[in-house]
Amino acid sequence: MSEIKLQVEDLRVQFLNDGRITDAVRNVSFNLGQEKLAIVGESGSGKSTVGRSLLRLHPASAKVTAKQMRFGEIDLLGIPEKAMQQIRGQRISMIMQDPKYSLNPVMRVGEQIAEAYLAHHKASKAEAAERVLDMLEKVRIRDPQRVYQLYPHEVSGGMGQRIMIAMMMIPEPEIIIADEPTSALDVSVRQQVLSVLDDLVGQRNLGLIFISHDLNLVRTFCDRVLVMYAGRVVESIAAADLDHAQHPYTRGLLAALPSIDHRRDRLPVLQRDPAWLTA
Amino acid sequence: MTPNMIEIEKLNLTFGHGPQANHVLRDVSFAVKDGESFGLVGESGSGKTTVLRCLAGQYTHWSGEMRIDGKALEHKLDRARCRHVQMVFQDPYGSLHPRHTVETALTEPMAIHGIGERQERIGSILAKVGLNDSYRFRYPHQLSGGQRQRVAIARALILEPRILLLDEPTSALDVSVQAEILNLLADLRQRDGLTYLLVTHDLGVVAHLCDRVAVMQQGEILETLATSDLAGSSPKNAYTRMLVDASREYSRKQEIPETVLLA
Ligand SMILES: Nc1ncnc2c1ncn2[C@@H]1O[C@H](COP(=O)(O)OP(=O)(O)OP(=O)(O)O)[C@@H](O)[C@H]1O
Ligand SMILES: Nc1ncnc2c1ncn2[C@@H]1O[C@H](COP(=O)(O)OP(=O)(O)OP(=O)(O)O)[C@@H](O)[C@H]1O
Ligand SMILES: [Mg+2]
Ligand SMILES: [Mg+2]
Repeated sequence: MSEIKLQVEDLRVQFLNDGRITDAVRNVSFNLGQEKLAIVGESGSGKSTVGRSLLRLHPASAKVTAKQMRFGEIDLLGIPEKAMQQIRGQRISMIMQDPKYSLNPVMRVGEQIAEAYLAHHKASKAEAAERVLDMLEKVRIRDPQRVYQLYPHEVSGGMGQRIMIAMMMIPEPEIIIADEPTSALDVSVRQQVLSVLDDLVGQRNLGLIFISHDLNLVRTFCDRVLVMYAGRVVESIAAADLDHAQHPYTRGLLAALPSIDHRRDRLPVLQRDPAWLTA
Repeated sequence: MTPNMIEIEKLNLTFGHGPQANHVLRDVSFAVKDGESFGLVGESGSGKTTVLRCLAGQYTHWSGEMRIDGKALEHKLDRARCRHVQMVFQDPYGSLHPRHTVETALTEPMAIHGIGERQERIGSILAKVGLNDSYRFRYPHQLSGGQRQRVAIARALILEPRILLLDEPTSALDVSVQAEILNLLADLRQRDGLTYLLVTHDLGVVAHLCDRVAVMQQGEILETLATSDLAGSSPKNAYTRMLVDASREYSRKQEIPETVLLA
């Protein structure tokens, strides 16, 4: 395997609200190299929480602990906030699940991407704008000049997602955590955007954590898959072997997929077994 | 013959003026029968959400004709349309108030429309979307993406509307929860005769839930077909065929002809 970029051992995240504890992530361990690592799993299973804890993006109510959480030589748990700020966005960036919520509502989207570029590159405003238009074109925005000038509430769901992707790619980070980055894209645009991400992994030696619930996509796009259930990783499997997954939860996920080729009256729903919580 | 519940004829909408003008809906026409489930698919930015927003009364500067249950829609929103036509938004964060708990978000529409037995209704609707009572007092930021989406669906259903406008209702959900929501939507349609207009990019979901589907690109409807014809050789339009092929799997080698994308 390639050089290990990220090492996570025994990550735990708890949320405390009015005395109630939510165990969102429990004993999660994985390594990331130059590869596309998928995290799949049920809604609420802790996927986004894993991503956010790598960049310390949690509210004060969260308690994050781990035996180890390293980015190369850097101890992500121990470094001061100032050092974290230099990693965030520049060396590790995260594409958030809710693009519109993560964008500044009163700033034109093009200017926001340019700002992300200028924060890490010495360049003139005009050069930055040029780069932004290039990037928007890459993620297949139809009319980059027009879209540059729009405010977040004026772009469609899928355009918002691609704007976020452009913004996170433009500083050329070493690791990208992409949280459901293509869920609002139609299949054709999605393919184009995935190829752009794929090129980054191949050519710029990038590590990609790809959070998704789309098993068909993950199966063909990613190298390896972590399956999460109730805060734990219940299965770690090569993406190509997903069809032969062992865990009953993973198998249940595969069975619940609707398909245009095999239509059914009702979709099978998962029978959740309490034993999965401990096994 | 079943009457039409939704009729749209030559709907047009433009944002901006002069050289900045962006004509986003171009003569969009289609009809949805009472109790039918109709899908709207197509390219990102093609105007799908905008069609739903016009029906829901969020944009008022459209031209053309829209009828619901035979009644022509005014440009202004009236109270009855508010209750009988509910929309589940693509972006659940935007539709839930950040400082309102789940319970408040669900109580508010019932208070506006004077509906009683609120506590019972909240409990049962939350159970239907797969959230237990412990979620009642959470704020949106304390929920996962899929949990927020389910609250948004519960909020639309709690007024017992006749028409549901669903904008990517399950795109934030994993397949197991998606299966539960799709089954719930199918049950509600059968039991209460709801009419659905569903926007999604997932052809599997369209095929499962909808009888017919319209394919959009750049503000226009390219074709309308039965979902049972999606998988076969019937799609006439090259863009539709490409969507079907692409949805079967992601493959880098299968390059999409430029002419289809920019047609
Ligand atoms: N601030 C918070 N306070 C309390 N609980 C929280 C908070 N943030 C998240 N949670 C809970 O932690 C669990 C994991 O959430 P997370 O967002 O990681 O799920 P997810 O796997 O990304 O799900 P989805 O696919 O629906 O986005 C959920 O049960 C969620 O309700
Ligand atoms: N308030 C607005 N002001 C200006 N332009 C807008 C506004 N709302 C939408 N648009 C534009 O209208 C077009 C259609 O947007 P719409 O949201 O309907 O697309 P969509 O088909 O739902 O796409 P997606 O699948 O990406 O959500 C886009 O080009 C968008 O930029
Ligand atoms: Mg999430
Ligand atoms: Mg939309």
